Amino acid sequence: MPSLAAIARLGVKELRSLASDRIMLILILYVFSLGIYVAATVMPETLHNAPIAVIDEDASPLSARIADAFYPPHFQPPEMISLARLDPGLDEGTYTFVLDIPPDFQRDLLAGRRPSVQLNVDANRVSQAFTGSAYIQAMVVQEVTTFLRHDRPAAPSPVDLVLRARYNQTLTESWFGAVMEIINNVTMLSIILTGAALIRERERGTIEHLLAMPVSPFEIMAAKIWSMGLVVLVAAGCSLLLMARGVLGIPLAGSLPLFLFGAALNIFATTALGILIGTIARSMQQFGIVMILILIPLQVLSGGLTARDSMPDLVQDMMMLAPTTHFVILAQSILYRGAGFAVVWPELLALFAIGSAFFGVTVWYFRKAMTGMA
Amino acid sequence: MSPPTPAATTMAIRLDGVSQHYGNTVALDRVSLAVPTGRIIGLIGPDGVGKSSLFNLVVGARAIQDGRVEVLGGDMADPRHRAAICPRIAFMPQGLGRNLYATLSVVENMDFFARLFGQDKPERDSRIDDLLASTGLAPFRDRPAGNLSGGMKQKLGLCCALIHDPDLLILDEPTTGVDPLSRVQFWDLIERIRAVRPEMSVVVATAYMEEAARFDSLVAINAGRIIATGTPKDLLDRTGAASLEESFIALMPEEQRQRHHVVTIPPRTTDTSAEVVIEATGLTARFGDFTAVDHVGFRIERGEIFGFLGSNGCGKTTTMKLLTGLLSASAGEAKLFGRRVAIVDMAMRRRVGYMTQGFSLYSELTVAQNLTLHAQLFGVPAAEVPGRVAEMAERFALGSELGRLPETLPLGVRQRLSLAVAMVHKPELLILDEPTSGVDPIARDMFWQMMADLSRQDRVTIFISTHFMNEAERCDRISLMHAGRVLVCDSPAGVIAGRGAASLEDAFIGYLTEAGGGESAATKAPPVKIHHPPTTPVPEWQGFSLRRMWSYTRREGLELRRDPIRGTLALFGTVILMLIMGYGISLDVENIRFAVLDHDGTALSRDYALTLSGSRYFSEQPPLADYADLDRRMQSGELGLAIEIPPGFGRNIDRGTPVEVGAWFDGAMPQRGETIQSYVRAMHISWLSETAQRRTGTRPSFSPVEVEIRFRYNPEIVSLVAIVPAMIPILLLMIPAMLTSLSVVREKELGSIVNLYVTPVTRAEFLIGKQIPYVVLGMVNFVLLTLLVTFVFGVQLTGSLALLTVAAFLFILSATAIGLVMSTFMRSQIAAIFGTTIGTIVPAIQYAGLINPVSSLEGGGALIGRIFPATYFLIISRGTFSKALGFVELWPSLLPIAASIVVLMILCILLLKKQEG
Repeated sequence: MPSLAAIARLGVKELRSLASDRIMLILILYVFSLGIYVAATVMPETLHNAPIAVIDEDASPLSARIADAFYPPHFQPPEMISLARLDPGLDEGTYTFVLDIPPDFQRDLLAGRRPSVQLNVDANRVSQAFTGSAYIQAMVVQEVTTFLRHDRPAAPSPVDLVLRARYNQTLTESWFGAVMEIINNVTMLSIILTGAALIRERERGTIEHLLAMPVSPFEIMAAKIWSMGLVVLVAAGCSLLLMARGVLGIPLAGSLPLFLFGAALNIFATTALGILIGTIARSMQQFGIVMILILIPLQVLSGGLTARDSMPDLVQDMMMLAPTTHFVILAQSILYRGAGFAVVWPELLALFAIGSAFFGVTVWYFRKAMTGMA
Repeated sequence: MSPPTPAATTMAIRLDGVSQHYGNTVALDRVSLAVPTGRIIGLIGPDGVGKSSLFNLVVGARAIQDGRVEVLGGDMADPRHRAAICPRIAFMPQGLGRNLYATLSVVENMDFFARLFGQDKPERDSRIDDLLASTGLAPFRDRPAGNLSGGMKQKLGLCCALIHDPDLLILDEPTTGVDPLSRVQFWDLIERIRAVRPEMSVVVATAYMEEAARFDSLVAINAGRIIATGTPKDLLDRTGAASLEESFIALMPEEQRQRHHVVTIPPRTTDTSAEVVIEATGLTARFGDFTAVDHVGFRIERGEIFGFLGSNGCGKTTTMKLLTGLLSASAGEAKLFGRRVAIVDMAMRRRVGYMTQGFSLYSELTVAQNLTLHAQLFGVPAAEVPGRVAEMAERFALGSELGRLPETLPLGVRQRLSLAVAMVHKPELLILDEPTSGVDPIARDMFWQMMADLSRQDRVTIFISTHFMNEAERCDRISLMHAGRVLVCDSPAGVIAGRGAASLEDAFIGYLTEAGGGESAATKAPPVKIHHPPTTPVPEWQGFSLRRMWSYTRREGLELRRDPIRGTLALFGTVILMLIMGYGISLDVENIRFAVLDHDGTALSRDYALTLSGSRYFSEQPPLADYADLDRRMQSGELGLAIEIPPGFGRNIDRGTPVEVGAWFDGAMPQRGETIQSYVRAMHISWLSETAQRRTGTRPSFSPVEVEIRFRYNPEIVSLVAIVPAMIPILLLMIPAMLTSLSVVREKELGSIVNLYVTPVTRAEFLIGKQIPYVVLGMVNFVLLTLLVTFVFGVQLTGSLALLTVAAFLFILSATAIGLVMSTFMRSQIAAIFGTTIGTIVPAIQYAGLINPVSSLEGGGALIGRIFPATYFLIISRGTFSKALGFVELWPSLLPIAASIVVLMILCILLLKKQEG
């Protein structure tokens, strides 16, 4: 029969132990404050400061007008280059876009010959390439049309399309970046705090000392999970309130308690995962490698970096087993879209199920490893 | 004193007014001391009085705070002198095999040290063979150091120390934790070596007074001060004591002496009906094909003090773990209080107190907190806890230390605290694993008095392991263990009598020799062939020695090879990651789920929706019922886009009345939102033009100009082509950085960093030497990843392979340097792991241009991106893979990578100290 009192006391011991490690505290503080700030502000708006160059072979008023249409924040002020710089400029990655306006462009246009301009795009920069080229195309057409109409407004189209973004009307990237970074930190920290700390205890022999007392492996594990989980939860909560809402001014749409409840379930799963890695790895060196191998897919494929919809089905299905996938879905639903319990309960259930499964496997393995310890 | 010989007139060590303090603790207080050449000097004194501090100053491992230290004729504060004489000093730090490498074999360890001292192969081989033969380690030359017994470890440590014919040998408690036979052999060995090299000076710290009696002269230290010097005989005469142990006690200041009482253990009243507390029969523990405990059996009665002797690694600790239920036996059984020991038996644990080797206290909790926590965990009723803590503090004289942290206490006090912790729940049985190891005589006697009281007054059964013969003599019964077997089990008098020996020590040596213990076979009469004066002249300050660097490279490489799991994970883990991520990360926005709220329901409105669902970008979901449905389904993230077609849509278009189609898309993920937006616009325009064509037969041109878009390098804008080459830099950053990030800090935690302090190796040699194996591993990794990208993902390398290889090499140097910086800066492995993760994953994924080009980034992240080497390797990787570029175009990107190596390595060297403190 596990003793709640023992679990509580051992957990307090874990907290004291963490409190005495100054470098760890500084690092935790950093990732949840400055780290969030940098991550939030780095994200460019989708088309932001895109480097563009214009080859003006026409040198007409119209071509000058087109070149002038590109300005910040979407584009960097265009560089006027010669045709010879086209290839090297793209090769070196100096420009994402190079717009080539051919000779006699204005004359041909006025003569109704439907001339063409050429837009060269570095398609390796997938995200900018796609949106940017559509955007530039629209701008060129618009400039030419207005030029032809002598700056008179256009006639209305028979069917108008009214597009509205929901939840983040201005498509501000920092909203997304900050919250996803908090989520990444939650995962990373809960794995390190429990797993690496367990290995440290094993290397120092204090775990053995504990096991000689009337304390079961289950109690040791539960103590680590609640105490380190609490640290991560409090840090994430503070970061969300003080950094995301306070400093960065991100409106958080949904219920914070509901989000924190989801976060707690996620942490339950990730801390158990940390202990599992800490039990399997035989040294800190092995732990470091295993952690990297697990952490990268968790961060990159759970939907926090690129949308899940566009991943291959196999990857999508595999990632359904990862707690972070559900947590990212949950976080986006609650924080951005203001979803309530009625909407997110399947994710909560999934997190609980995954967490319980991880916990169960870990208890079984931890008990086995601790009692067979050399 | 013997008349000074010519050699003795020069001083090997001269200390003048040396003081040293750590925080508020004074370790040395104005110590002045001179050690003549060619002598063997013993340092005796309680624990934590500054013996190790003194040694660290003499060998140059610690920076001198105050005073003057002269060693071998020069000032140790001068780095040039330290570098010049360090090949003439040898140091064996405290702790069994602390400066050895556990996974390396005996020969490999010696070879490592020989290389550090710049010896060439013939010299190394001949010296290693000589030393192995004379120490009797030759039969074990290929055994990993970690699997040696305590005595063998110390002999190996001595071999490593003697490999370069030092003029000054410093031994810090070399025989603590070593069995009597090995101890005798160890000192014989030292004597034989001194006979061959009389000019060598030896300074030893020891806790065994019987050993100290053999030295030329002794220095007694207490509380950072020298309290007496002289030959052992001088000290005995001065104090009028019969044994050195007694004279040591007599030399202590009054206040400390008062606490000392001669240990008196009343004889045990044996009633025949005494309950058997421990009963073991045929107890066996096997790990793989190694038998740690081999059919051990004994019966121990209530109130008995049972001594358990034997060298480290002979199976004592394992036996104790079997008894406490920490391990389950492979065969045989153990019974406590008549009940079979079971791992899950919590009730039994409450009746047992266990003190592990090295007193595992919680260093971050105070004395009082440690006591309270243990009382609570052992289920002492809450109301009784404060009283029990006070009682223990009183009984074990801890009252004045309740608020202090264990780390700040002297070893003797820590030992009492450990015992108090083990006793806090008033157990009926105490199992104590080497509780007195490294503890000075006064503290040991205090401890034994407490044990005697527990046994005789409280009838507590005590099962204790020890290395001290005088402690063994105090036990009711003792047993001697060797190589997993119990050789003898009797009362001390019975053991002596049974062997017909003069003392218990002699009796044990007899038993051990008989059992083939102490690896005695080769030590019988080995000639100590001490080599010819050094064949290589002692080098003066050398700039950079490839041989010393290579020594570290070999060692690090061997450790990596001995841990195949790590290397395999590093290589195949990255391959698997590459596969998952290459296919998984997709920047293409496809299959956006959308639904239509159709208020019109005409053919035309259906047609509008079909334009969307017909493309691969959108996939249609069941139609929306109303606005509430729309809200709910968008909120849950089910829909990325919702289209609302107004009532009268078809009719109004026919009439030419302007209509508005509403489209809501999810902006929660802004990048995806932008893409959806442009898709929908394009679809809308194409629908308009198709509809017009169907009506009028001509396709209206909405634009007077054509924009031809040429997507270069990756014409289909496939994410794969863009992502896969970009994964190479990310993986080649994180794995090598993580591997190296523990290399230095691990040595700091395990103590082998002392080899950097006391051998001629320079910081640059040490760091670069450690870096090389990981660079090699990284290059193998690079080859694997490149093959994977080319043959599995089918992304052809169109540019210069040579450039890519050069860049990868430089980049791996840089990545490993990042790991080294973390490793030299951080003090604990856990912080190094955390720091490396923060310092590599986040910048690599977000700031290095994987998704967004660095030129578009903003703020602090943009700055990080610009100076981060991964950014430039990413440019080269993408350039050579998809842009068909070579040196001519991309060489400028090599420069920042190369610069980062220089900056990081300089930073490492500055962060790493050649001395402690």
